[in-house]
Amino acid sequence: MKGAVQAASLGLGAIRRPAVLALASGFAFAPLPALAQQEGNETFEIGLSTGTISITSDFTGARLVVFGALDNADPKLLRQQRYDIVVVLVGPRSPVVVREKERTFGLWINRGSETFDAVPGSYALAATRPLGDVARRELRERLSLGIEDLRLDRAPAAGPPGTAADPALDDPDPAKGQANVSLGERRARASVGGGPVPESDENGPGGRYAEALKRIREAKGLYNQSVGTVQFVSPTLFRADLYLPADLPTGTHMARAYLFRSGVFIRESSEPLYVRKSGFESYIDDVATRYGVLYGIVAVLLAIFTGWFGRLVFKRD
Amino acid sequence: MNLYLPIAEISLNVFVLVGMGAAVGFISGLFGVGGGFLITPLLIFYNIPPAVAVATGANQVIAASFSGALAHYRRGTVDLRLGTVLLSGGFVGSLAGVLLFTLLRRLGQLDLVVSLLYVVFLGGIGGLMLVESLQSMLRARSQGTGEIRRPGQHSWVHGLPLKMRFHRSKLYVSVIPVLVLGFLIGLLAGIMGVGGGFIAVPAMIYLLRVPTSVVIGTSLFQIIFTAAATTILQAATNRTVDVVLAFLLMLGGVIGAQFGTEAGRKLRGDQLRALLALLVLAVGLRLGWELVAKPDEPFSISLPTGEIG
Repeated sequence: MKGAVQAASLGLGAIRRPAVLALASGFAFAPLPALAQQEGNETFEIGLSTGTISITSDFTGARLVVFGALDNADPKLLRQQRYDIVVVLVGPRSPVVVREKERTFGLWINRGSETFDAVPGSYALAATRPLGDVARRELRERLSLGIEDLRLDRAPAAGPPGTAADPALDDPDPAKGQANVSLGERRARASVGGGPVPESDENGPGGRYAEALKRIREAKGLYNQSVGTVQFVSPTLFRADLYLPADLPTGTHMARAYLFRSGVFIRESSEPLYVRKSGFESYIDDVATRYGVLYGIVAVLLAIFTGWFGRLVFKRD
Repeated sequence: MNLYLPIAEISLNVFVLVGMGAAVGFISGLFGVGGGFLITPLLIFYNIPPAVAVATGANQVIAASFSGALAHYRRGTVDLRLGTVLLSGGFVGSLAGVLLFTLLRRLGQLDLVVSLLYVVFLGGIGGLMLVESLQSMLRARSQGTGEIRRPGQHSWVHGLPLKMRFHRSKLYVSVIPVLVLGFLIGLLAGIMGVGGGFIAVPAMIYLLRVPTSVVIGTSLFQIIFTAAATTILQAATNRTVDVVLAFLLMLGGVIGAQFGTEAGRKLRGDQLRALLALLVLAVGLRLGWELVAKPDEPFSISLPTGEIG
């Protein structure tokens, strides 16, 4: 079983070809649900104006413009605005603990907690239309698209061996060949072959801990999404405006664009974006990480010097 | 003018930070406390992650205390001997405090413990000091200098062995309570990001019966080292000291401290104690309120190590 699934995923890069579809349904003994990608000649690429964002001392947030080209689109559908594009920038994923305070003996104390394996440090989304109009809920969940349906775990809680992990899910470095295939596809495939799609209730996008996490990060601007911010500047060229908050996490971010045609997912394209601290701040951060004790001693000496110098200059007696 | 703070990872207004340092520095010079118990809650209130606020607060306290201690040293109101004995206990306490800090943060209960400690200590000390200083002020209205020291009156502390003479403080007491006091100050410094002055000052006054004038200088002297040990330990274990933030606070702090020291000379001992008591009580009440009031957001996010994510 494991071998079959892996063999299938090897061919996923070319999933839009009918031959592969046939192979997939062949081993699955069931017709694939409607989420299968339809055949299309459209080619779809995005490019970032810069591969690296440097955070300097005066960084107060930024606007990231993502340009993209949509070629070989059906001109009639294009005129009718049946193509939808969603562009996201997903920050580096890290494990996170969400705690909940409860009233205990009159005091508000952290009681319950939930750990999420891979929570994006930031998430910015731009779309041509409201997500509800772009794709059905089911599809958005599978693509982990939109703040509401954003997945916070890399792997589902349970599942048949070899099918549980979704290595390409917003992974900073997915195999290029798999970039055109959504998570939903692979999971659906695995589920038909091996068992039910595991969907943990508390950890899932609907759990109250997950909800709280998203609410807090949305309030801070770390997670944001806007509609009408992807626009066609010419029939083949589009631009997306993403908002990056002041406390943008450093690390490898992934810009990802999804193309939909009449509510059907066609393909995606992705580009990495490196965010790093630069200048004096980056130097300080680096020293603090690598030479903790030395850094502490310098901090103490600086304090003593400032205290002495301040007394010298501002002496009042 | 906003500046990006490299360790706190947040962009904040420079003038607000310097002003905050100046206000706390003034209080620090006035009362002989490092001001850590004020600066740490202020920084948290200004969106700085609590762990960074605690460690950076300790760093800033050094500058204010050093500046203040210099002024007191010139005036001969520092008991170096008493301060050194306090310190030997303080270093051990500091180490234990930072270890406890790391453990509590991992358990997600650091904020609770810190708040509880503040409420209990600030409330208790503030209340006691207020009552005492008011009584003293009432007595002084008829006669006296406002000093609590009364000859011939001894507490149980004076019955302990291993006695040592402290000339500046006109004291002859056992080193045991001094060492224990030092340890407690160091422990609190590690967990709460304070120099421990707000504990040391009343404890020296009421338990050891050190004259108020010597207490302040000695407390500042002792705070320099306790805070320095805490800063280095925090930098080495938790990487939570933000030098840029600390420097901005210090800048304001040293200026404020000079004015505070000057103002302190114009007030009498009992008046100083009453004012400090009110301040301590106010901070304690504010933190206590946060523990019992329903929070706006019952959920919080952190990394598995307890760092704020």
